Amino acid sequence: MTGTSPAIELRGISKAFGPVQANKDISIRVMPGTIHGIIGENGAGKSTLMSILYGFYKADAGEIFINGKRTEIPDSQAAIAAGIGMVFQHFKLVENFTVLENVVLGAEDGRLLRPSLAKARKILGELAVEYELNVDPDSRIDRIGVGMQQRVEILKALYRQADILILDEPTGVLTPAEADQLFRILDRLRAEGKTIILITHKLREIMEITDTVSVMRRGEMTATVRTAGTGPDELAELMVGRKVLLRVDKAPASPGKTVLEVQNLRVRDQQGVERVKGIDLTVRAGEILGVAGVAGNGQSELLEVLGGMRPGAGTVMLNGVPLALEGRGSDGQSRRAAGLAHVPEDRQREGLIMEFHAWENVAFGYHHDPAYQRNAMLMDNAALRRDTQAKMEKFDVRPPDPWLTARNFSGGNQQKIVVAREIERNPDLLLVGQPTRGVDIGAIEFIHRQIVALRDQGAAILLVSVELDEILSLSDRIAVIFDGRMMGERLPAQTDETELGLLMAGVSGKAA
Amino acid sequence: MDKMPKWADVVLIPLISLILAAALSALVILAIGEDPVAAVRLMVSGALGSTYGWGYTLYYATNFMFTGLAVAVAFHARMFNIGGEGQAMLGGLGVALMCLYVPWPHWTLALIGASTLAALFGAAWAAIPAWLQAKRGSHIVITTIMFNFIASAVLNYVLVNLMRPQGSMDPATARFPEPVHLPTLHELLAPIGINFSKAAPANVSLLVAVAACVLVWLLIWRTRLGYEIRAYGHSETGALYAGISPVRITMIAMLISGGLAGMMAINNVMGEAERLVLNATEGAGFIGIAVALMGRSHPFGVFLAAILFGFLYQGGAELALWTSIPRELIVVIQALVILFTGALDNMVRMPLEKLFLSLRKGRA
Repeated sequence: MTGTSPAIELRGISKAFGPVQANKDISIRVMPGTIHGIIGENGAGKSTLMSILYGFYKADAGEIFINGKRTEIPDSQAAIAAGIGMVFQHFKLVENFTVLENVVLGAEDGRLLRPSLAKARKILGELAVEYELNVDPDSRIDRIGVGMQQRVEILKALYRQADILILDEPTGVLTPAEADQLFRILDRLRAEGKTIILITHKLREIMEITDTVSVMRRGEMTATVRTAGTGPDELAELMVGRKVLLRVDKAPASPGKTVLEVQNLRVRDQQGVERVKGIDLTVRAGEILGVAGVAGNGQSELLEVLGGMRPGAGTVMLNGVPLALEGRGSDGQSRRAAGLAHVPEDRQREGLIMEFHAWENVAFGYHHDPAYQRNAMLMDNAALRRDTQAKMEKFDVRPPDPWLTARNFSGGNQQKIVVAREIERNPDLLLVGQPTRGVDIGAIEFIHRQIVALRDQGAAILLVSVELDEILSLSDRIAVIFDGRMMGERLPAQTDETELGLLMAGVSGKAA
Repeated sequence: MDKMPKWADVVLIPLISLILAAALSALVILAIGEDPVAAVRLMVSGALGSTYGWGYTLYYATNFMFTGLAVAVAFHARMFNIGGEGQAMLGGLGVALMCLYVPWPHWTLALIGASTLAALFGAAWAAIPAWLQAKRGSHIVITTIMFNFIASAVLNYVLVNLMRPQGSMDPATARFPEPVHLPTLHELLAPIGINFSKAAPANVSLLVAVAACVLVWLLIWRTRLGYEIRAYGHSETGALYAGISPVRITMIAMLISGGLAGMMAINNVMGEAERLVLNATEGAGFIGIAVALMGRSHPFGVFLAAILFGFLYQGGAELALWTSIPRELIVVIQALVILFTGALDNMVRMPLEKLFLSLRKGRA
């Protein structure tokens, strides 16, 4: 074996789920000691490909070579044995175990735990020195931050002697600063000769850290290029198959009267922990207020209270009328009656009933609308289907079939159904949570344009997103939330990712 | 995308489950030295071979339609109402009170009155577990099971201590007066020239049960309330988002469910026994679970499954009567059907889904 055989080579990998060809004749070569990016829209087949590499799925056709040797990977044990480690988007850690226990879990040496733990402690110490991966082995997982948890996942892979690391959307839950730290670690791992595959949909990350990048579209590998020889625009075009506008074109806002006024809003979660700790904000007609923050800092609860999904305390005025925050009149129906519409953060669990037909989903939340009633008893399903057809055409939902079940639409088209339903109500206030999470680039562009169009009609819009790019390009004002409090407001033109990133991490700058 | 065509889901899976259950039952019958073919023949002729057999089959089916619909409505709101038995017992109490203490001029009015009180009693019995679930989070499966036992004890007390006629040794109410006797199928069909068996207990309640199937279908698929029940059943967070109150839907769905189970009493208490006896429900509340599972919680499916279980009940009784196959084995056969159609659904479903996927791939 020569020193130049690739660490991983995939040849002609194909995988179909029923009639859906998730991967079609995919070949990649990744040289040892490099970082290879795989970029593509949701549903392009990135995760399927990595699942095949990690032994979760069996490929219908194709071969895998590890260090030049043909390798069968029937299950994840075989993948680990072949030196492959995987860091999942959603961490697979036991919350009430310590770091050390999590690292050892599944890799114990014998029936007694103590020797394994002692060995792991020693190895973790060595790894910490070698890769600057410092983690306190005795901290419980639920007491350390997300960035640290991710390090534990990396350590788990290294402890199992992985030479090839696969990271699936690793920065989704990180602050920009934490992401930078992660990239430094990856850099170091590369320098030590590890091979890394980075799966992401963020162009910026690809440009920042990878040596080579493969672009996937609809199950096919459309290109593999050297990162140094390409740029974000070219990659975006390769991903979508056409030119895309990465920035949102919009005229300056002309804000009118105050529509939403929130004073000293406090929210507790089911466990009684305070998640929103006294927030003040206002949104005026004809402007978009973007709330930036790392997931889990209270922005979800903020939206849920405003949308009538959970109780809160404080004062919320909509068009000068106070809204009930608990008990009678605080439900989603009352909110809608007051002129509010809500695109929720999680379309699959909240915004849609996945088992319902598209037409049933178009009535969701508005099923009391007189236009959808035949008489006092029965709903007018035919009218509802006509309305659905019209909305689907206007919002370019594909396929425009009202009878299709929500589950059978792609993420982007599911979101378009939700956005169409909410925006077409012409609300005074639109709450928007993560409008483009898991949505392909083409649909992102469309949804952004619809939100801006609603603003231009004079609606007030409260946007919550963990994607800084989205906040920066859509918002007229940006408020940063950290640990349930607002860290301050900025104007998009007068701030940048670095400053917002610091605020998101709780580092209070001087008010601008 | 859907894993297999709808007809396979609705027709093929129950059919295969049934064939499996039948095959296993045949093996059991063989094992005790009896002839399964003869047994099937006897069951079919006993349950479907005469208007007498049909009369019993439809009588049982009427019970199962009510309890099956009860379970199905709760299923749509993602609740498992195992309390059909207790709710039907209380429904029986409601029927008995109406029939004994109100001087009805005609059976039609009596039927309306008795149905109403039976439904109210059944609903009230379901309301307590529903409230505990909605407000306190007590699991409805546990509470409805416990309420079956409480219902049984309550009925026992009422029959022995309050409603037993003076001097009677039997823990049962007095016979209902003549005007509240419901017409049997014999009486209903005679005017149009069909000579239905006089001895069979099937009665006008069957029509009420069929009407209930239609009304439940309308409720679930055509009304706002049904929409809310289904939405809540699929996703509680979704319901919260849409402003559908979980407490309200939990209560309403369980009230309807309990009401339907309670209405079963117009068949067995008012139509057949014409008095309230202990254990009048004979396990129909539990059969309702199997009926709803097999009928995919769809009223039409419930209708068909109820007739199937009516057939099994009546055919099983015939077996016990005419062969040396012991009574207990009849229960085994019924249990096998419940097991395969209800509990082991996935055993048939998963291979079938795979088969359809590979068929489709072959075509693609």
